[in-house]
Amino acid sequence: MIGPSVEHSVVSFARALRTAGLSVGVSQSESFARALLLVDATARREFQLAARATLVSRHEDQPVFDAVFDAFWSEGQASSPRGQKVPWAPRHDHVPRTAFAAYMAQRARTEDPDVEVPELAKAASALELLQRKEFAQLTDDELRSIERALRELRFEPALRVTRRRVPSRRGKTLDWRRALHAASRHDGAVLALPKRRRKVKRRPIVVLADISGSMEIYSRILLQFFHGLTRIHRLTETFVFATRLTCITSQLQMRNVDEALEQAATAIVDFAGGTRIAECLRTFNRLHAGRVLRRGAVLLLVSDGWETGDAGLLEAEMRKLQSFCYRLIWLNPLLGRPTYRPLAAGMSIALQHVDDFLPIHSLQSLRDLSTHLARLSSRRCRRVSGFLSSPESAE
Amino acid sequence: MHDSLARTSFTAPAEVIERLGERGYVADAALAMSVFLAVRMGRPLLLEGAPGVGKTLLASTLAEVFETRLIRLQCYEGLDIGQAAYEWNYPKQLLELQSRRTAERAEGADGLFTEAFLLRRPLLQAIDASHDRPPVLLVDELDRSDEEFESFLLELLSEFQITVPELGTLRAAHRPIVILTSNRTRDVHDALRRRCIYHWIDYPPFEKEVEIVRIKVPGLSQHVARRVVDFTQRLRRQELAKPPGVAETVEWAEALRVLAVTDLEPTTVSATLGLVLKYHDDLETVRKELLTTLLDAGAA
Repeated sequence: MIGPSVEHSVVSFARALRTAGLSVGVSQSESFARALLLVDATARREFQLAARATLVSRHEDQPVFDAVFDAFWSEGQASSPRGQKVPWAPRHDHVPRTAFAAYMAQRARTEDPDVEVPELAKAASALELLQRKEFAQLTDDELRSIERALRELRFEPALRVTRRRVPSRRGKTLDWRRALHAASRHDGAVLALPKRRRKVKRRPIVVLADISGSMEIYSRILLQFFHGLTRIHRLTETFVFATRLTCITSQLQMRNVDEALEQAATAIVDFAGGTRIAECLRTFNRLHAGRVLRRGAVLLLVSDGWETGDAGLLEAEMRKLQSFCYRLIWLNPLLGRPTYRPLAAGMSIALQHVDDFLPIHSLQSLRDLSTHLARLSSRRCRRVSGFLSSPESAE
Repeated sequence: MHDSLARTSFTAPAEVIERLGERGYVADAALAMSVFLAVRMGRPLLLEGAPGVGKTLLASTLAEVFETRLIRLQCYEGLDIGQAAYEWNYPKQLLELQSRRTAERAEGADGLFTEAFLLRRPLLQAIDASHDRPPVLLVDELDRSDEEFESFLLELLSEFQITVPELGTLRAAHRPIVILTSNRTRDVHDALRRRCIYHWIDYPPFEKEVEIVRIKVPGLSQHVARRVVDFTQRLRRQELAKPPGVAETVEWAEALRVLAVTDLEPTTVSATLGLVLKYHDDLETVRKELLTTLLDAGAA
């Protein structure tokens, strides 16, 4: 049987694992204790394997587990688990802030939440003027109004017909089970034909946003927009890139927008540097696409297309990226300028593998994007290859 | 050892290695421990790892070892109770209704929802009380199912019972040995993970993989086996869309045995590479850029 001292050690070991950032449930430490009755707990290797089998539930946690295990159960230390240096689980990594990230964080904080709200009518008309004004030309005050407006922006995400069926009056397939139940209540007479239809769910949205130097003026507003998206639509995944790709989904899931942006800024290591779209897309395609671009996902790729890298690589990665998702929407802030033509080498290549090419430079364009997303078909449809010039022809 | 009931469990992790080994499955100490604990503690075993490392094979080998039934449920999006657990046999019910109406009206529709009309799908089969020993239930590629199914499974795995509203609750006489596999295209929920013994199957180290190839492809020479494993292990270190799994290594070795190859030549490798790499881009990269480098490195 397990003595009280072993029990105590098991509990404090589980606590040490939690301190290191692993998620270990009570039921897991219980099964570890039970497992100890079944194995030769005096053999260290066997003991460690039993602990790992019962306490670790993710592959990424294994190295951390092994390190904590070694620190905890090394000789003479088993009784004093406190005050030990243990490594942190990977997802709790803190990366050093760059100057710009620190600046972003600071800006997020100085914004006073109790600021006086201007008179409603005036605010509304001012906002109307702001609708079409380019983000690039906004003053600080206007920026703040836009940010407030963003918080109120509502949108309906694109829908998708799933393969799961649910009872419905307007369905097309017969619900045999309900029909026969009804029949068995009416002496075997079938009086009604209940139906089932395919269940409709929201399409996952995946954002890949360029935050390099040339995109700097848009970054904050766009991040805020994506925060709103994440809040409304749980299945939103956000990645940002300049020279390196960072996933900021979990940061944007925080309720408070300022806190979320601050956390995101902390996570991002390369704000406002150069761009290496092709390489970042490659990383995304290799490591994340299979996981996040499933179930008819809509991909929003935000960038001005100033690519300095290998054009061949960009072409190949864009082709792959498009094949992974239901719809690839390229959002380019420069498209809002009447004189803009997508001639930059990167942009013109990429456009061959884009489903929609839309501007994202003003509040109005964000609203248009929302409507566009809501109008996407909920069914599978044949992809019109290459780039469609406007949302109208995209239908 | 000859008592058949005593054989449906393990006494120590070492026995797992031994008995799986008898059936040609090479397990390391860590996997053996996970299998041992899952079987002895009656907990589901959640296996994750790259495709082709032997997750599914473990379940079928385990069923062989215990001389019991393997019940397999392949997951896909939209998988529901009707396909996973049970469904009523509607055509049979309709015919029954018809025949009753023509014969005599008195009986009505009583007895339409009885076991005679129940279609047993894999999950219900797995907890069927008529088994004389626990079956092995394989829930394959759990990551392909959707969240709704995962929560249903969670319920089943905690009580090992299924409630059919018309019949009542059906309970397992022998808890099945449950193996869940996932290729990680979607994250399996924490609640389910915690209920399981978790194990990540990695690609085997060189000598282990050679051993696997030698067991699975008996006629192949030691030399070719080592070259084949060396080459696929080198491929795994390249940036490929889909690195070859152990299954691919074995398949390729089998092909080379059929071709009676005595050594790896660039032309043979190039011609049979489609057995190892399953993406056009990967094939192109390897054929054009890497083939000779990788072969030469192995020969040296």
